[in-house]
Amino acid sequence: MHTITLNGETDFDGWRKAARLLAMNGVAPEDVTWRVADGDEPELFPATLDVPLQEMRGTFNVPAHFVDLAQHVILHRNPERFALLYRMLWRLRSNHDLLQLSTDADTSKLESMAKAIRRDEHKMHAFVRFREIGREPQSHFVAWFEPEHHIVELAAPFFARRFADMAWSILTPDLCAHWDGHDVSFLPGVDKSMAPSSDRLEETWRTYYASIFNPARLKTKAMQKEMPRKYWRNLPEAGLIKPLIEKAERVTSEMIAAEAQEPKKPQRREDAMARSHSIAPTEYPDDTSLAALRDEAADCRACALWKDATQTVFGEGPKHASVMMVGEQPGDREDLAGKPFVGPAGQMLDKALKEAGIIREKVYVTNAVKHFKFVPRGKFRLHQKPATPEIKACRPWYEREKALVKPELVVAMGATAAQSVFGKIVPVGKTRGRVIDLDDGTRVLVTVHPSYLLRLPDEEARATEYANFVEDLRIVAAHLSEKARAA
Amino acid sequence: MDVKRKLEILADAAKYDASCASSGTEKRDSRDGKGMGSTDAGMGICHSYAPDGRCISLLKILLTNACNYDCLYCVNRASSNVTRARFTVDEVVQLTLDFYRRNYIEGLFLSSGIIRSADYTMEQVVAVARKLREEHHFRGYIHLKTIPEADDALIAEAGKYADRLSINIEVPDEGSLKNLAPEKDVRAIRRTMGRLRLKLDEAREGAKPTPRGRTAPRFAPAGQSTQMIVGADSANDATIIKTSANLYGSYHLKRVYYSAFSPIPDASRSLPLRAPPLMREHRLYQADWLMRFYGFDPDEIVGSESGMLPLDMDPKLAWALRHRDRFPLDVNRASREDLLRVPGFGARAVQRIIETRRISSIRVGDLAKLHIPRNKALPFIVLPDHRPAVHLLDSAQLAERFKPKAKQLGFAF
Repeated sequence: MHTITLNGETDFDGWRKAARLLAMNGVAPEDVTWRVADGDEPELFPATLDVPLQEMRGTFNVPAHFVDLAQHVILHRNPERFALLYRMLWRLRSNHDLLQLSTDADTSKLESMAKAIRRDEHKMHAFVRFREIGREPQSHFVAWFEPEHHIVELAAPFFARRFADMAWSILTPDLCAHWDGHDVSFLPGVDKSMAPSSDRLEETWRTYYASIFNPARLKTKAMQKEMPRKYWRNLPEAGLIKPLIEKAERVTSEMIAAEAQEPKKPQRREDAMARSHSIAPTEYPDDTSLAALRDEAADCRACALWKDATQTVFGEGPKHASVMMVGEQPGDREDLAGKPFVGPAGQMLDKALKEAGIIREKVYVTNAVKHFKFVPRGKFRLHQKPATPEIKACRPWYEREKALVKPELVVAMGATAAQSVFGKIVPVGKTRGRVIDLDDGTRVLVTVHPSYLLRLPDEEARATEYANFVEDLRIVAAHLSEKARAA
Repeated sequence: MDVKRKLEILADAAKYDASCASSGTEKRDSRDGKGMGSTDAGMGICHSYAPDGRCISLLKILLTNACNYDCLYCVNRASSNVTRARFTVDEVVQLTLDFYRRNYIEGLFLSSGIIRSADYTMEQVVAVARKLREEHHFRGYIHLKTIPEADDALIAEAGKYADRLSINIEVPDEGSLKNLAPEKDVRAIRRTMGRLRLKLDEAREGAKPTPRGRTAPRFAPAGQSTQMIVGADSANDATIIKTSANLYGSYHLKRVYYSAFSPIPDASRSLPLRAPPLMREHRLYQADWLMRFYGFDPDEIVGSESGMLPLDMDPKLAWALRHRDRFPLDVNRASREDLLRVPGFGARAVQRIIETRRISSIRVGDLAKLHIPRNKALPFIVLPDHRPAVHLLDSAQLAERFKPKAKQLGFAF
């Protein structure tokens, strides 16, 4: 039987050195006893040995995760931990995957011990309460804390990162941590009487604690699960828990029983309704009637699409634009921004317009359907093609827009737009690229929707189709320059 | 009125907001010696717990509980008789710093009643955050409530200082919002959420390293969240879940909080004055998790015609009982997606199962080590040493097994 004496409760390096030596000498876990020196024994693990351990060359590998796990587990107060860790090390040499085997008794035990350490560390970060000695800027903040495990060294760096600009000390029965503005130093544990017993702000904190609690929602078990009683004795607010619980039921039933009071006469209620509109339409000099139409459309409930969409995305552009471009419906970006053609399809359109020599600001851009239609898929919204009833329901907005803008040329991009513009289903393939005169005097050019170009899978087709789209837009450009010449 | 009395009034006024998290932001600390505070990239810290079981992580207060609006469900509504108070910007800043230094809190969650105008209110809220960050170099967590329809520049500034921004959707159904909160406009709320998402996207894209360095300014690294009050109107659970799914999908919210409507002092006559439906709230949170972490579609979570989740069992168990044909499932072979649908299997347990079964097959005795409740899971799974009785899955009594035991009513002597 080998007895190994470690330098302290958290002597990981000592344990590691001894464990490596034991393993390389082939000492089985059941033949080792682990203990911690009680102070008067300065030397590291010589104690009693059956056979002297040979210093051996070489090393052996363990999963990196084991080292991390062991560094945590060694902080546990369970006296079995050194033996358990050595047994694990021993077994890992022949079964490298053991740590992934959550169903193994040793793995499961180690995991739950490591979890207890992390939890205790987290609770220390949460439940340390500093008390101020002196007044700023000379003040010193001192806390008393009783951790369940040997975690002071593990938990201290957190406080150094957080309270770098103040002098603080955390006193515990095992070990005390002190911060001087540069480094954390550790000194032996002290008695609770060494810590300050009050702070000038504690009454204010207790006021907050009592006020933020909703007596109608008493859930004491949930509270105790996260803030176990063992921590209460050092929390200034814990003294309120019992009286608050006792009062809660009475307060709640009084609230429920209370006759509703006469509401207070509204004081000078500043005009809550006169709120600024957040999405200011781009300013064009003479678009008052368009602005009125836009406001009216904002509350449109003609089909069900408004329900899930963010807002009505109305057309945009100068009032008397000679060209009106009509798309299908707003997409994800347009729905959020409240403006047409700002997403990927919009960028595609911008590019093509530029190439065809058209200034986007000179044309009026709108959609056949003015609410985004989609189905939610987790974090995404999948675009859905508008159905005929939705196109029909939305058509009056297009017609009223057109009546106000009075464009000389309407560009219908894609089947949905064409359906709205012609008032019936029109095949895009057959009509695209030529200017068609409608009975009401409207001249229409049909082309594809820019998002169609985005969806094409192969590059070659995309390039050809894009060129065709730009070609169609050149007809628009020609119309615009003709118009400019005429003027 | 002294600060302590104001705190009493303005913390009380803020306690109906369920949001408490201080998680999910960027990692910061004050090791440079300038200023104070730190945040972790992942978890926030709950510094205390109130007897209502809710964590206290942030100093959660209103700047003022005076409000122009008259929302019936709100204790601070214009027509309520509650005592009014208002903090100055400096008072909030000092209180935050003082509490933070003593390790009482992770930071500040500041909201406000709407006074004068949306812009004026937002400006006041932003002023607190600006002062904390720029004058005191405070690196702790800041959550600001955004006032819908406030100016875009103010929203941008709020996102520069805050870790998280939120706007409450209030109730799931637009019609009932009209009745309960006549001045609130659900369209404006959604527009603001939309604007926030665009800014969040922009910041995220700008944060990616490009040859020219970061392009977009910092904007609310912990994202946006919202709250829905449950039980103040007649909306059913299916509507609530559908609304949440839409909010998550449309605005990429980090969290939707559900807040059981609880009786408030000086309540309006038109509201249900009864104990808050805490169990319903709990089931909605479970349903929310099923959507976000377990691959459930919002439409499949509620199965009943009433559109309500059962109160006596969790929504995953209820789903499994409605889909018995998909069980029993062989734990050692089933896909991750299917394992996540087994009652009693948490996400962590599924991860452990997948790691473990590569090495050795899982047996009944292993369930406890995987922290899986045996009784809940066994009727739905096959293990090398377990196969549920053929009739059990089909039996009408199966559901009864899981329901809490009926309690014998006691007689008072």
